[in-house]
Amino acid sequence: MKLLKTGRWITAVGLALLAGVYVRALAFTPVERFQGPAQKIFYVHVPAAWCAMLAMGLVGIGGILYLLLKDPRFDRFGEASAEVGTAFSMVMLTTGPIWAKPIWGTWWTWDARLTLTLFLFLLFLGYLLLRGAVTDPGLRARYSAVVGICGLVLLPFIHLSVYFFRTLHPEPIVLKPSAPSLPGPMLITLLFSFGVFTLLYVGFVVQRYALAELREQAEAAHA
Amino acid sequence: MADVLRHAWRLARKDLLIEFRSRTAILSAVVFTVLVLMVFNFGRDPTAVAAVDLAPSILWVTFTFAAMLALNRAFQLELENQALDGLLLAPIHRASIYLGKLVANLIFVAAVEGVGLPLFALFFNVPILPVLGPLVGVLALATVGFVAVGTLFSAMTARTRFAELLLPVLLLPFMIPPLIWAVLATAALLAGRPLSELAGWLRLLAAFDIVFVTLAFLLFPATVNE
Repeated sequence: MKLLKTGRWITAVGLALLAGVYVRALAFTPVERFQGPAQKIFYVHVPAAWCAMLAMGLVGIGGILYLLLKDPRFDRFGEASAEVGTAFSMVMLTTGPIWAKPIWGTWWTWDARLTLTLFLFLLFLGYLLLRGAVTDPGLRARYSAVVGICGLVLLPFIHLSVYFFRTLHPEPIVLKPSAPSLPGPMLITLLFSFGVFTLLYVGFVVQRYALAELREQAEAAHA
Repeated sequence: MADVLRHAWRLARKDLLIEFRSRTAILSAVVFTVLVLMVFNFGRDPTAVAAVDLAPSILWVTFTFAAMLALNRAFQLELENQALDGLLLAPIHRASIYLGKLVANLIFVAAVEGVGLPLFALFFNVPILPVLGPLVGVLALATVGFVAVGTLFSAMTARTRFAELLLPVLLLPFMIPPLIWAVLATAALLAGRPLSELAGWLRLLAAFDIVFVTLAFLLFPATVNE
Protein backbone atom coordinates (compact mmCIF):
# COMPACT_ATOMS: atom_id res chain seq x y z
CA MET A 1 0.00 0.00 0.00
CA LYS A 2 2.92 2.26 0.76
CA LEU A 3 4.15 1.84 -2.79
CA LEU A 4 0.74 2.73 -4.20
CA LYS A 5 0.72 5.93 -2.15
CA THR A 6 4.22 6.84 -3.31
CA GLY A 7 3.13 6.28 -6.90
CA ARG A 8 0.09 8.48 -6.40
CA TRP A 9 2.22 11.26 -5.00
CA ILE A 10 4.71 11.10 -7.85
CA THR A 11 1.84 11.16 -10.36
CA ALA A 12 0.17 14.08 -8.57
CA VAL A 13 3.39 16.09 -8.67
CA GLY A 14 3.86 15.10 -12.32
CA LEU A 15 0.33 16.20 -13.25
CA ALA A 16 0.79 19.53 -11.47
CA LEU A 17 4.04 20.07 -13.33
CA LEU A 18 2.30 19.05 -16.59
CA ALA A 19 -0.03 22.00 -16.08
CA GLY A 20 3.16 24.05 -15.73
CA VAL A 21 4.40 22.66 -19.07
CA TYR A 22 1.16 23.73 -20.76
CA VAL A 23 1.33 27.22 -19.28
CA ARG A 24 4.96 27.62 -20.22
CA ALA A 25 4.51 26.18 -23.73
CA LEU A 26 1.43 28.27 -24.52
CA ALA A 27 2.22 31.58 -22.84
CA PHE A 28 5.96 31.84 -22.28
CA THR A 29 7.50 30.16 -25.32
CA PRO A 30 7.76 32.06 -28.61
CA VAL A 31 5.57 30.97 -31.53
CA GLU A 32 7.53 29.21 -34.26
CA ARG A 33 7.79 31.37 -37.36
CA PHE A 34 6.85 28.86 -40.07
CA GLN A 35 4.48 26.49 -38.33
CA GLY A 36 2.67 28.96 -36.09
CA PRO A 37 0.72 27.72 -33.06
CA ALA A 38 0.54 24.15 -34.43
CA GLN A 39 4.15 23.67 -33.41
CA LYS A 40 3.15 23.86 -29.71
CA ILE A 41 1.98 20.23 -29.81
CA PHE A 42 5.63 19.33 -30.21
CA TYR A 43 6.11 19.85 -26.44
CA VAL A 44 3.68 16.98 -25.79
CA HIS A 45 4.34 14.79 -28.82
CA VAL A 46 8.11 14.41 -28.52
CA PRO A 47 8.23 13.67 -24.77
CA ALA A 48 5.39 11.15 -25.18
CA ALA A 49 7.36 9.42 -27.93
CA TRP A 50 10.41 9.39 -25.69
CA CYS A 51 8.42 7.75 -22.87
CA ALA A 52 6.97 5.13 -25.21
CA MET A 53 10.48 4.16 -26.39
CA LEU A 54 11.78 4.20 -22.84
CA ALA A 55 8.92 1.93 -21.78
CA MET A 56 9.65 -0.60 -24.56
CA GLY A 57 13.36 -0.56 -23.76
CA LEU A 58 12.70 -1.16 -20.09
CA VAL A 59 10.21 -3.96 -20.84
CA GLY A 60 13.04 -5.66 -22.73
CA ILE A 61 15.60 -5.07 -19.99
CA GLY A 62 13.10 -6.25 -17.39
CA GLY A 63 12.66 -9.39 -19.49
CA ILE A 64 16.40 -10.06 -19.59
CA LEU A 65 16.67 -9.59 -15.82
CA TYR A 66 13.67 -11.83 -15.23
CA LEU A 67 15.14 -14.67 -17.29
CA LEU A 68 18.47 -14.31 -15.50
CA LEU A 69 17.26 -13.89 -11.92
CA LYS A 70 13.72 -15.40 -12.00
CA ASP A 71 12.55 -12.62 -9.70
CA PRO A 72 8.78 -12.00 -10.16
CA ARG A 73 9.32 -8.31 -9.44
CA PHE A 74 10.85 -7.83 -12.89
CA ASP A 75 7.84 -9.45 -14.46
CA ARG A 76 5.49 -7.15 -12.60
CA PHE A 77 7.64 -4.23 -13.69
CA GLY A 78 7.48 -5.37 -17.32
CA GLU A 79 3.70 -5.60 -17.18
CA ALA A 80 3.46 -2.13 -15.63
CA SER A 81 5.91 -0.58 -18.07
CA ALA A 82 4.14 -2.11 -21.08
CA GLU A 83 0.75 -0.78 -20.01
CA VAL A 84 2.10 2.69 -19.35
CA GLY A 85 4.02 2.57 -22.64
CA THR A 86 0.79 1.73 -24.47
CA ALA A 87 -0.79 4.86 -23.00
CA PHE A 88 2.14 7.04 -24.00
CA SER A 89 2.23 5.64 -27.52
CA MET A 90 -1.48 6.45 -27.78
CA VAL A 91 -0.66 10.04 -26.85
CA MET A 92 2.10 10.07 -29.45
CA LEU A 93 -0.12 8.54 -32.13
CA THR A 94 -2.96 10.99 -31.53
CA THR A 95 -0.91 14.18 -31.22
CA GLY A 96 1.13 13.35 -34.34
CA PRO A 97 -1.76 13.40 -36.84
CA ILE A 98 -3.25 16.51 -35.19
CA TRP A 99 0.01 18.27 -36.01
CA ALA A 100 0.44 16.63 -39.40
CA LYS A 101 -2.95 17.70 -40.75
CA PRO A 102 -2.23 21.45 -40.84
CA ILE A 103 1.50 21.09 -41.54
CA TRP A 104 1.71 18.20 -44.02
CA GLY A 105 -1.90 18.43 -45.17
CA THR A 106 -2.57 14.79 -44.31
CA TRP A 107 -3.39 12.91 -41.13
CA TRP A 108 -1.16 9.97 -41.86
CA THR A 109 1.50 8.93 -44.32
CA TRP A 110 3.40 5.65 -44.50
CA ASP A 111 6.51 7.44 -43.53
CA ALA A 112 9.23 5.27 -41.96
CA ARG A 113 9.11 6.98 -38.61
CA LEU A 114 5.33 6.96 -38.40
CA THR A 115 5.36 3.30 -39.24
CA LEU A 116 7.89 2.71 -36.48
CA THR A 117 5.68 4.29 -33.86
CA LEU A 118 2.73 2.25 -35.04
CA PHE A 119 4.88 -0.88 -34.70
CA LEU A 120 5.80 0.12 -31.20
CA PHE A 121 2.13 0.43 -30.30
CA LEU A 122 1.32 -2.95 -31.87
CA LEU A 123 4.25 -4.53 -30.05
CA PHE A 124 2.85 -3.32 -26.76
CA LEU A 125 -0.58 -4.63 -27.67
CA GLY A 126 0.82 -8.02 -28.67
CA TYR A 127 2.75 -8.22 -25.42
CA LEU A 128 -0.33 -7.42 -23.35
CA LEU A 129 -2.53 -9.80 -25.37
CA LEU A 130 -0.05 -12.60 -24.78
CA ARG A 131 -0.13 -11.88 -21.05
CA GLY A 132 -3.91 -12.10 -21.16
CA ALA A 133 -3.85 -15.44 -22.96
CA VAL A 134 -1.57 -17.30 -20.51
CA THR A 135 -3.05 -18.19 -17.14
CA ASP A 136 -0.09 -19.79 -15.38
CA PRO A 137 1.94 -16.96 -13.74
CA GLY A 138 5.37 -18.58 -14.20
CA LEU A 139 4.72 -19.39 -17.84
CA ARG A 140 3.26 -15.94 -18.43
CA ALA A 141 6.35 -14.28 -16.96
CA ARG A 142 8.73 -16.31 -19.14
CA TYR A 143 6.70 -15.83 -22.32
CA SER A 144 6.38 -12.11 -21.84
CA ALA A 145 10.08 -11.80 -21.05
CA VAL A 146 10.87 -13.51 -24.37
CA VAL A 147 8.56 -11.23 -26.36
CA GLY A 148 9.86 -8.16 -24.50
CA ILE A 149 13.47 -9.01 -25.34
CA CYS A 150 12.59 -9.61 -29.00
CA GLY A 151 10.85 -6.23 -29.04
CA LEU A 152 13.91 -4.54 -27.62
CA VAL A 153 16.08 -6.11 -30.32
CA LEU A 154 13.58 -5.21 -33.05
CA LEU A 155 13.67 -1.48 -32.24
CA PRO A 156 17.10 -0.75 -33.77
CA PHE A 157 16.09 -2.62 -36.91
CA ILE A 158 13.07 -0.42 -37.39
CA HIS A 159 15.29 2.58 -36.74
CA LEU A 160 17.75 1.37 -39.36
CA SER A 161 15.08 1.25 -42.01
CA VAL A 162 14.39 4.93 -41.29
CA TYR A 163 17.73 5.81 -42.86
CA PHE A 164 16.89 3.99 -46.06
CA PHE A 165 13.66 5.83 -46.72
CA ARG A 166 13.00 9.40 -47.59
CA THR A 167 11.17 10.70 -44.58
CA LEU A 168 8.74 13.56 -44.11
CA HIS A 169 9.16 13.53 -40.37
CA PRO A 170 11.28 16.37 -38.96
CA GLU A 171 14.84 15.35 -38.24
CA PRO A 172 15.96 14.97 -34.64
CA ILE A 173 16.82 18.39 -33.27
CA VAL A 174 17.90 17.65 -29.71
CA LEU A 175 19.23 14.11 -29.48
CA LYS A 176 21.71 14.28 -32.34
CA PRO A 177 25.50 14.34 -32.59
CA SER A 178 25.82 18.12 -33.08
CA ALA A 179 24.50 20.73 -30.63
CA PRO A 180 20.69 21.15 -30.32
CA SER A 181 19.42 23.50 -33.01
CA LEU A 182 16.51 24.83 -31.02
CA PRO A 183 16.32 28.42 -29.69
CA GLY A 184 16.92 28.70 -25.93
CA PRO A 185 13.38 29.27 -24.62
CA MET A 186 11.98 26.46 -26.78
CA LEU A 187 14.74 24.09 -25.69
CA ILE A 188 14.07 24.84 -22.04
CA THR A 189 10.34 24.18 -22.47
CA LEU A 190 11.08 20.94 -24.28
CA LEU A 191 13.57 19.73 -21.68
CA PHE A 192 11.15 20.67 -18.90
CA SER A 193 8.46 18.66 -20.66
CA PHE A 194 10.83 15.69 -21.06
CA GLY A 195 11.45 15.75 -17.32
CA VAL A 196 7.76 15.97 -16.48
CA PHE A 197 6.80 13.16 -18.82
CA THR A 198 9.53 10.93 -17.43
CA LEU A 199 8.28 11.69 -13.93
CA LEU A 200 4.74 10.80 -15.02
CA TYR A 201 6.06 7.55 -16.48
CA VAL A 202 7.69 6.71 -13.15
CA GLY A 203 4.53 7.65 -11.23
CA PHE A 204 2.26 5.53 -13.44
CA VAL A 205 4.62 2.55 -13.40
CA VAL A 206 4.97 2.62 -9.62
CA GLN A 207 1.19 2.68 -9.24
CA ARG A 208 0.65 -0.08 -11.79
CA TYR A 209 3.38 -2.16 -10.15
CA ALA A 210 1.72 -1.77 -6.74
CA LEU A 211 -1.60 -2.82 -8.28
CA ALA A 212 -0.05 -5.95 -9.77
CA GLU A 213 1.36 -6.77 -6.34
CA LEU A 214 -2.04 -6.27 -4.69
CA ARG A 215 -3.72 -8.43 -7.29
CA GLU A 216 -1.24 -11.23 -6.71
CA GLN A 217 -1.84 -11.03 -2.96
CA ALA A 218 -5.59 -11.15 -3.51
CA GLU A 219 -5.22 -14.18 -5.81
CA ALA A 220 -2.98 -15.92 -3.28
CA ALA A 221 -5.55 -15.23 -0.52
CA HIS A 222 -8.31 -16.81 -2.65
CA ALA A 223 -6.34 -19.89 -3.54
CA MET B 1 27.73 -29.09 -30.76
CA ALA B 2 27.84 -32.05 -33.14
CA ASP B 3 25.28 -33.75 -30.92
CA VAL B 4 23.00 -30.72 -30.99
CA LEU B 5 23.04 -30.70 -34.78
CA ARG B 6 22.51 -34.46 -35.00
CA HIS B 7 19.53 -34.33 -32.63
CA ALA B 8 18.14 -31.31 -34.43
CA TRP B 9 18.27 -33.15 -37.73
CA ARG B 10 16.57 -36.20 -36.17
CA LEU B 11 13.79 -33.98 -34.90
CA ALA B 12 13.37 -32.19 -38.22
CA ARG B 13 13.29 -35.54 -39.97
CA LYS B 14 10.57 -36.76 -37.63
CA ASP B 15 8.43 -33.67 -38.30
CA LEU B 16 8.92 -33.89 -42.04
CA LEU B 17 8.17 -37.60 -42.02
CA ILE B 18 4.89 -36.99 -40.21
CA GLU B 19 4.18 -34.33 -42.80
CA PHE B 20 5.10 -36.53 -45.70
CA ARG B 21 2.98 -39.45 -44.49
CA SER B 22 -0.21 -37.44 -43.98
CA ARG B 23 0.38 -34.56 -46.41
CA THR B 24 -2.61 -32.70 -44.98
CA ALA B 25 -0.78 -29.58 -43.86
CA ILE B 26 1.44 -29.18 -46.89
CA LEU B 27 -1.46 -29.72 -49.28
CA SER B 28 -3.63 -27.24 -47.39
CA ALA B 29 -0.83 -24.70 -47.40
CA VAL B 30 -0.27 -25.10 -51.14
CA VAL B 31 -3.98 -24.87 -51.94
CA PHE B 32 -4.21 -21.86 -49.66
CA THR B 33 -1.35 -20.19 -51.53
CA VAL B 34 -3.05 -20.78 -54.87
CA LEU B 35 -6.30 -19.37 -53.53
CA VAL B 36 -4.65 -16.25 -52.15
CA LEU B 37 -2.96 -15.65 -55.50
CA MET B 38 -6.36 -15.99 -57.19
CA VAL B 39 -7.99 -13.58 -54.77
CA PHE B 40 -5.33 -11.02 -55.63
CA ASN B 41 -6.06 -11.47 -59.29
CA PHE B 42 -9.69 -10.49 -58.75
CA GLY B 43 -8.74 -7.70 -56.38
CA ARG B 44 -6.99 -5.59 -59.01
CA ASP B 45 -8.16 -3.79 -62.09
CA PRO B 46 -5.88 -5.11 -64.86
CA THR B 47 -6.50 -2.10 -67.07
CA ALA B 48 -5.51 0.39 -64.36
CA VAL B 49 -2.64 -1.29 -62.49
CA ALA B 50 0.08 -3.22 -64.27
CA ALA B 51 0.79 -6.66 -62.79
CA VAL B 52 4.49 -5.88 -62.36
CA ASP B 53 3.69 -2.92 -60.11
CA LEU B 54 1.69 -5.10 -57.78
CA ALA B 55 3.70 -8.28 -58.17
CA PRO B 56 6.16 -7.86 -55.24
CA SER B 57 3.36 -7.12 -52.80
CA ILE B 58 1.25 -10.02 -54.06
CA LEU B 59 4.16 -12.43 -53.76
CA TRP B 60 5.08 -11.41 -50.23
CA VAL B 61 1.60 -11.11 -48.79
CA THR B 62 0.86 -14.60 -50.11
CA PHE B 63 4.02 -16.07 -48.62
CA THR B 64 3.44 -14.30 -45.31
CA PHE B 65 0.04 -15.90 -44.93
CA ALA B 66 1.33 -19.28 -46.01
CA ALA B 67 4.22 -19.11 -43.54
CA MET B 68 1.81 -18.21 -40.77
CA LEU B 69 -0.18 -21.38 -41.46
CA ALA B 70 2.96 -23.47 -41.42
CA LEU B 71 4.19 -21.96 -38.17
CA ASN B 72 0.92 -22.50 -36.36
CA ARG B 73 1.20 -26.17 -37.17
CA ALA B 74 4.75 -26.70 -35.89
CA PHE B 75 4.05 -26.99 -32.18
CA GLN B 76 0.39 -27.87 -32.44
CA LEU B 77 1.69 -31.21 -33.63
CA GLU B 78 3.43 -31.75 -30.30
CA LEU B 79 0.36 -30.98 -28.21
CA GLU B 80 -1.47 -34.16 -29.15
CA ASN B 81 -0.87 -36.91 -26.60
CA GLN B 82 1.52 -34.61 -24.72
CA ALA B 83 4.21 -35.29 -27.30
CA LEU B 84 5.98 -32.11 -26.23
CA ASP B 85 6.53 -33.50 -22.71
CA GLY B 86 8.11 -36.56 -24.26
CA LEU B 87 10.34 -34.36 -26.35
CA LEU B 88 11.39 -32.36 -23.31
CA LEU B 89 12.11 -35.53 -21.35
CA ALA B 90 14.39 -36.80 -24.09
CA PRO B 91 18.08 -36.47 -23.18
CA ILE B 92 18.76 -33.80 -25.78
CA HIS B 93 19.65 -30.16 -25.52
CA ARG B 94 16.75 -27.70 -25.68
CA ALA B 95 18.53 -25.79 -28.42
CA SER B 96 18.39 -28.83 -30.69
CA ILE B 97 14.60 -28.87 -30.32
CA TYR B 98 14.54 -25.30 -31.58
CA LEU B 99 16.95 -26.00 -34.43
CA GLY B 100 15.00 -29.07 -35.46
CA LYS B 101 11.74 -27.21 -35.54
CA LEU B 102 13.37 -24.34 -37.40
CA VAL B 103 14.76 -26.64 -40.08
CA ALA B 104 11.46 -28.49 -40.47
CA ASN B 105 9.56 -25.21 -40.73
CA LEU B 106 12.04 -23.84 -43.24
CA ILE B 107 11.73 -26.88 -45.45
CA PHE B 108 7.97 -26.75 -45.17
CA VAL B 109 7.76 -23.06 -46.06
CA ALA B 110 10.34 -23.48 -48.82
CA ALA B 111 8.22 -26.24 -50.35
CA VAL B 112 5.17 -23.98 -50.32
CA GLU B 113 7.18 -21.13 -51.83
CA GLY B 114 8.58 -23.50 -54.43
CA VAL B 115 5.08 -24.22 -55.65
CA GLY B 116 3.89 -20.64 -55.18
CA LEU B 117 6.63 -18.91 -57.14
CA PRO B 118 6.05 -20.55 -60.55
CA LEU B 119 2.30 -20.15 -60.14
CA PHE B 120 2.81 -16.50 -59.32
CA ALA B 121 4.89 -16.04 -62.46
CA LEU B 122 2.24 -17.87 -64.48
CA PHE B 123 -0.83 -16.07 -63.10
CA PHE B 124 0.58 -12.57 -63.23
CA ASN B 125 2.76 -13.00 -66.26
CA VAL B 126 5.87 -11.88 -64.41
CA PRO B 127 9.17 -12.78 -66.08
CA ILE B 128 11.05 -14.28 -63.14
CA LEU B 129 13.42 -16.50 -65.07
CA PRO B 130 16.08 -13.85 -65.86
CA VAL B 131 16.33 -12.92 -62.16
CA LEU B 132 15.61 -16.33 -60.69
CA GLY B 133 18.93 -16.67 -58.85
CA PRO B 134 18.84 -13.36 -56.96
CA LEU B 135 15.10 -13.72 -56.38
CA VAL B 136 15.58 -17.08 -54.70
CA GLY B 137 18.31 -15.46 -52.59
CA VAL B 138 15.95 -12.72 -51.43
CA LEU B 139 13.27 -15.32 -50.73
CA ALA B 140 15.67 -17.43 -48.69
CA LEU B 141 17.01 -14.53 -46.64
CA ALA B 142 13.58 -13.15 -45.79
CA THR B 143 12.11 -16.59 -45.07
CA VAL B 144 14.89 -17.52 -42.66
CA GLY B 145 14.31 -14.28 -40.75
CA PHE B 146 10.64 -14.62 -40.13
CA VAL B 147 10.57 -18.36 -39.71
CA ALA B 148 13.24 -18.00 -36.99
CA VAL B 149 11.09 -15.59 -34.98
CA GLY B 150 7.92 -17.46 -35.86
CA THR B 151 9.25 -20.80 -34.62
CA LEU B 152 10.14 -19.21 -31.28
CA PHE B 153 6.75 -17.52 -30.94
CA SER B 154 4.73 -20.52 -32.04
CA ALA B 155 6.37 -22.55 -29.25
CA MET B 156 4.73 -20.11 -26.86
CA THR B 157 1.40 -19.41 -28.53
CA ALA B 158 0.68 -23.11 -29.15
CA ARG B 159 0.16 -23.53 -25.43
CA THR B 160 -2.15 -20.54 -25.00
CA ARG B 161 -5.79 -19.98 -25.72
CA PHE B 162 -6.48 -18.46 -29.19
CA ALA B 163 -3.17 -19.76 -30.57
CA GLU B 164 -4.19 -19.29 -34.22
CA LEU B 165 -5.01 -15.66 -33.59
CA LEU B 166 -2.27 -14.78 -31.16
CA LEU B 167 0.61 -15.92 -33.38
CA PRO B 168 -0.12 -13.49 -36.24
CA VAL B 169 -0.71 -10.64 -33.80
CA LEU B 170 2.63 -11.22 -32.10
CA LEU B 171 4.59 -12.17 -35.19
CA LEU B 172 3.49 -9.59 -37.77
CA PRO B 173 5.34 -6.66 -36.20
CA PHE B 174 8.47 -8.81 -36.44
CA MET B 175 7.71 -10.00 -39.96
CA ILE B 176 7.05 -6.59 -41.43
CA PRO B 177 10.60 -5.14 -41.37
CA PRO B 178 12.12 -8.06 -43.35
CA LEU B 179 8.99 -8.04 -45.48
CA ILE B 180 9.46 -4.37 -46.38
CA TRP B 181 13.07 -4.97 -47.36
CA ALA B 182 12.17 -8.09 -49.32
CA VAL B 183 9.37 -6.31 -51.19
CA LEU B 184 11.71 -3.46 -52.12
CA ALA B 185 14.43 -5.87 -53.22
CA THR B 186 11.94 -7.90 -55.27
CA ALA B 187 10.56 -4.76 -56.89
CA ALA B 188 14.07 -3.66 -57.86
CA LEU B 189 14.82 -7.13 -59.27
CA LEU B 190 11.63 -7.34 -61.32
CA ALA B 191 12.21 -3.84 -62.65
CA GLY B 192 15.58 -5.01 -63.95
CA ARG B 193 17.68 -2.81 -61.67
CA PRO B 194 21.36 -3.74 -61.25
CA LEU B 195 22.18 -6.07 -58.37
CA SER B 196 24.34 -3.45 -56.65
CA GLU B 197 21.17 -1.52 -55.84
CA LEU B 198 19.95 -4.47 -53.83
CA ALA B 199 23.01 -4.74 -51.63
CA GLY B 200 21.60 -2.53 -48.89
CA TRP B 201 18.38 -4.51 -48.55
CA LEU B 202 20.19 -7.84 -48.65
CA ARG B 203 22.58 -6.70 -45.96
CA LEU B 204 19.68 -5.64 -43.74
CA LEU B 205 17.96 -8.97 -44.33
CA ALA B 206 21.13 -10.89 -43.53
CA ALA B 207 21.69 -8.87 -40.35
CA PHE B 208 18.10 -9.52 -39.30
CA ASP B 209 18.56 -13.26 -39.90
CA ILE B 210 21.78 -13.49 -37.92
CA VAL B 211 20.47 -11.47 -34.98
CA PHE B 212 17.10 -13.18 -34.69
CA VAL B 213 18.27 -16.75 -35.30
CA THR B 214 20.85 -16.27 -32.53
CA LEU B 215 18.36 -14.58 -30.23
CA ALA B 216 15.67 -17.20 -30.77
CA PHE B 217 18.24 -19.94 -30.25
CA LEU B 218 19.20 -18.40 -26.90
CA LEU B 219 15.66 -17.61 -25.78
CA PHE B 220 13.99 -20.85 -26.81
CA PRO B 221 14.89 -22.82 -23.65
CA ALA B 222 13.03 -20.18 -21.61
CA THR B 223 9.81 -20.99 -23.46
CA VAL B 224 9.80 -24.73 -22.78
CA ASN B 225 11.60 -25.22 -19.44
CA GLU B 226 9.35 -26.08 -16.54
